[in-house]
Formats: sequence, structure tokens, C-alpha cells
Amino acid sequence: MDWQAIWLSARLAASTTAILLALGLPIAYWLAFSPRRWKFLVEALVALPLVLPPTVLGFYVLLAIGPRSPVGALYAKLTGGMLPFSFQGLLLASVLYSFPFTVQPVAAAFAAVDRKLLEVSWCLGVSRAATFRRVIVPLSLRGIATGAILSFAHTLGEFGVVLMVGGNIAGITRTVSISIYDQVEALNYGAAWETSLFLLSISFTVLALTYALQRRAWTVWPIN
Amino acid sequence: MADQLIFQCRKRLSKAFEVNADLLIPLDRAPVTVLFGPSGAGKTTLLRMLAGLERPDVGSIAFREHAWFDAARAIHLPPQERRAGFLFQDYALFPHLTVAENVAYAAPRQTARELLARFGLSELAASKPRAISGGQQQRVALARALGAAPALLLLDEPLSALDAATRSRMRYELRRMLLAGGVPAIVVTHDRMEAVALGDWMAVMVDGRIRQAGPVEEVFRRPADLQVAESVGVENVLAAEIAGRESGLLVLRVSGQVGEARIQCVDSGETGLVFACIRAEDVAITRQMDRVSSARNRLAGRVRSVMAEGALARVDLDCGFPLVALVTAQSAGELALREGEIVSAVVKATSVHLAAHGAVPTPERRDLQ
Repeated sequence: MDWQAIWLSARLAASTTAILLALGLPIAYWLAFSPRRWKFLVEALVALPLVLPPTVLGFYVLLAIGPRSPVGALYAKLTGGMLPFSFQGLLLASVLYSFPFTVQPVAAAFAAVDRKLLEVSWCLGVSRAATFRRVIVPLSLRGIATGAILSFAHTLGEFGVVLMVGGNIAGITRTVSISIYDQVEALNYGAAWETSLFLLSISFTVLALTYALQRRAWTVWPIN
Repeated sequence: MADQLIFQCRKRLSKAFEVNADLLIPLDRAPVTVLFGPSGAGKTTLLRMLAGLERPDVGSIAFREHAWFDAARAIHLPPQERRAGFLFQDYALFPHLTVAENVAYAAPRQTARELLARFGLSELAASKPRAISGGQQQRVALARALGAAPALLLLDEPLSALDAATRSRMRYELRRMLLAGGVPAIVVTHDRMEAVALGDWMAVMVDGRIRQAGPVEEVFRRPADLQVAESVGVENVLAAEIAGRESGLLVLRVSGQVGEARIQCVDSGETGLVFACIRAEDVAITRQMDRVSSARNRLAGRVRSVMAEGALARVDLDCGFPLVALVTAQSAGELALREGEIVSAVVKATSVHLAAHGAVPTPERRDLQ
């Protein structure tokens, strides 16, 4: 089994999830509570990676971070490196690609929090930020966990975006799914079997965990 | 500026409905104000505008020396800076926190401990809100609000989430707690018995407007117009003392300008100062002063005025205290009532409804309006 690729994928997925939680929670808060009429546009933008072919997203990301783009030029000036075909570039693409997987469950959980609880907190003199931390987040933990798990699993399994932005460099951008593709191309079916089975079992475990979380403990049928 | 709350705001809620309320509450004389009116009158919206949860279209809100809202000066303080504790109908306790954590949410630790003890919640401290009764939840919500040292308490139908038996018990209890809290309170209700039991001051809201405001008995006794009269429903609210109990009935002493009268009513365990509420249609009038009847109360009174209201006639009597009777126009004609005559007002003991009242009304409260 290609442990190097598995380790790389795990690192990528963990970093992506961490960044998505930091970015996604404020955006989910805005989506859940903003009175703006045009927020449906932002909702559509957030959901775009769900329907867009990964190659399209990858292509645009590649153009956007290339050395001749402003983003790429700024990055080169700051770090001296390049974003395409690097772990950092891959990370950026993964964050964009998994955005809806964090934001949507978290926004749904935020919206389900009784608005009166927030208003009570404000009237008690507690700021909006502190109310977010002390009321909204604790009451949305299940949704946040779901978002984190889904983002992790989704990043673990991505292929098209990685291929477009990261290429196939061992130890830097060769993730598990790319590794499987390589093995099949090389007619190395035994290794492909092993790695695929590994990914399959991880994915199943993660999804089972997510559904268990959403089902409130272990009751199978709503008793009350 | 005096110790007042001045509210003058307009807010359009839909094409057909607008809240356009003008209200002045003398906080020093009105520890508890009842905002009374039928459902859909805009009471909750007014409360939310006071709290800063909703922004009026135009107008101003001034609490003591502070401008909370002023459309002309573009002032709109957020709820955090107004410190108006808001009690929702269902209390809105934080479900993920224990009773103690709810009370301590915005209170210093020492204050929270004292509040828990004062509201009899120490034993429930570790319980989650969903595990305690409605009455207990209300105490937690009130303790939590007081913990934040509020300038004003706003209560939206605080008793409506309780079952009927608890509700009537909690009326007196709630007033006691509000007075003990020492923070002026505005209580929204559409229940007239609740209004009488809880309030010192009363504002009647109909169709988005404040139609009348003043001391509670005053509003009941002299409704400003027909709509207020219809919505308050009880014409006679008499401050009374309990003089004694005999054969299962309670004897009340109602003091008037000249002498005093005794009224009997069903004993339901009240003590101290009460208000006796009698609807005008429950007061009958007779000229036979000494005939035996099943009705327990006969009060001699002088007719002050007779006014026809459609098929009915409203008779104002002076029994030492004002008493209003509503009889059919036909009876009024047959009795040939004339101003200045002495007649007998008859009230069944079961028609006298009592509302217990914690505090003795202060003299200046009675002088207002």
C-alpha cells in the first residue's frame, strides 16, 4: 500500500477541515441570520462545487493561482515559491472544493437554533460574538461535527481537482486517489485493490458516524 | 427628566396594520405596568421595540435620562446597551445549560448564588431546563434576567405557558417576585384578572394604539371609550379588605367616601388586600329593599345616572363607592329609575371575583389622573 500517499491525503484532509471550520462558521452564521435579500446568491456560490465538474473548478483555480495571476505573483513575492503543483496550492483548491460540505450542515444547524435564545442573550447584555460562542456553537455541535466529518471525507476522496492543480508528485501532491489511478495505469491491480478497499472502509466509517450523530445517540426509531 | 419611560413610536407591520403607540409610564409610581389588550393588538411588538429587538420606523423611546431610540437623531441602542431583561412566553431557557448556569449566564457568581437561593432554586441547580416544571422555569427565567442587573423587565404573557391551576396561583407569586426584584416591569397580558392581580399601572392597547393608561382600578372603572370598555370587560373593580370568613364565605370590607359596605363572596383562600371584580351585567337592581333572595349581597345606593346603550341601560350607582350596573332598557323603564333615588343593588356571591394584590396602593397612586 502507498503509505506516503495515504499520509499526504490525511494531512491534506485535516488541514482543509481546520481551515474550513475557521472560514465556514462565520459564513454559515451570516447565511443563517442575515436579513439580506440577495443572500441566495451567496448560497448558490457556496453550493457551486456540488454540481461543477472538478476539472472546471481545477482549471479556474489553476489559472487563478498561476505565477502570472495577481494571487500567484503575490504568493511568489511573499514566499518565493509557487502555488501550482505544491501542497499549499492543493490545500487552497481543496478548501474551495469542500466548502459546501462544511457550510451547509453548519448553516442548517445554526438556523435551527431558537432565535429567542439569541435575543434573550442580547437583552442580558451579552455581545453578538459572545452569544455565538456561548449559545449558538454549543447548540450546533452536531451540525459542526457533521460538516467537519463530511469535509474530511470529501477531501480524502477528491481526484479531478487534485490532478488539475497538484499534478502527481510523490510526497507532495500524490494523494490516495491519484495513487490508485497510477497503480491501475501500471496494471498493478493488487495494490489498487488494497488502497481502494482502504478508502472504501474509511468512507463508510465516516458516513456511518455522520448518520449516527444526526440520529441523536443510538435510537433507531423516534420514541417520543 | 423625571423617573419616566416615554415611548412614542410608529412601525408598519403590514399593509393593513400599524403600531402607533404613545405611552408614558411614571416608573416611580408604577412598579408593575400591565400592557393589556386583545391578541393581535401589537403588544408584543411594542415590547420588542422597547427591548431593542425591533426598530420602529419613526419616533423616540426615552428611559429615565437615556435616549434608547430617536429616529430624528439616528439613535438606536442595541439590546445590550438598554439592559431591558426580556422574558419570553415560553421562558427561552438555554437548553444546554443547567439551572445554575442559566441564572449565572450574565450574573457575577455571588449574585447568581443569592438569586438561586432567593428564588428557591438551589435544589434544582444541577437540573436541565426540560426536567423542571413550567412554574420553576419561570422562576429561573426571572432570576436569570435579574442577574444581569436590568434597568427594566419586559414580560410577554408570562403566565400563559402554565396550566390553569398554576396560573392563578402564580399571579400573586409573580407580583411578589417582581416587587422584590426592585426593577420596574412591563407585563403583557390579555387576561383581565391577570391585569388586576399584577399591575399598578395599566395601558390598554387596541388595534396598534394605546387607548388609555392610568392606575389599574381607574382604567377599569372609567374606560376612556367603548372599545376600551369592551376589552377590559369588568366595570367594577373595588379595592377591599378581608373582614372575616363565615360559613364558607369570605366577607370583604369595601371602603368608600361615606362609610363602608360589606360584600360576601366565595372563599378561595386569599388574604390581605384584594380587588373585588364585578361585571356590570352581574349587578341587578331592585326597589324591594328587604325581600329575601338567594343573592348574598344587597347594597343600598343612590342612582347617579342612567344611560341607554342600545337594548341595555348603564346605571351608575353611588353605594359609598361607585358601582356600575348593566340592566335591560326594559327593566330600567319598568323600574322608572331617576337620578338621586335610593335603590338596592343585588350581587350574587359567586359573581364577585377576587384578585389578590400584594402591595397596598400608595396614596399618591390614587391621585393620579
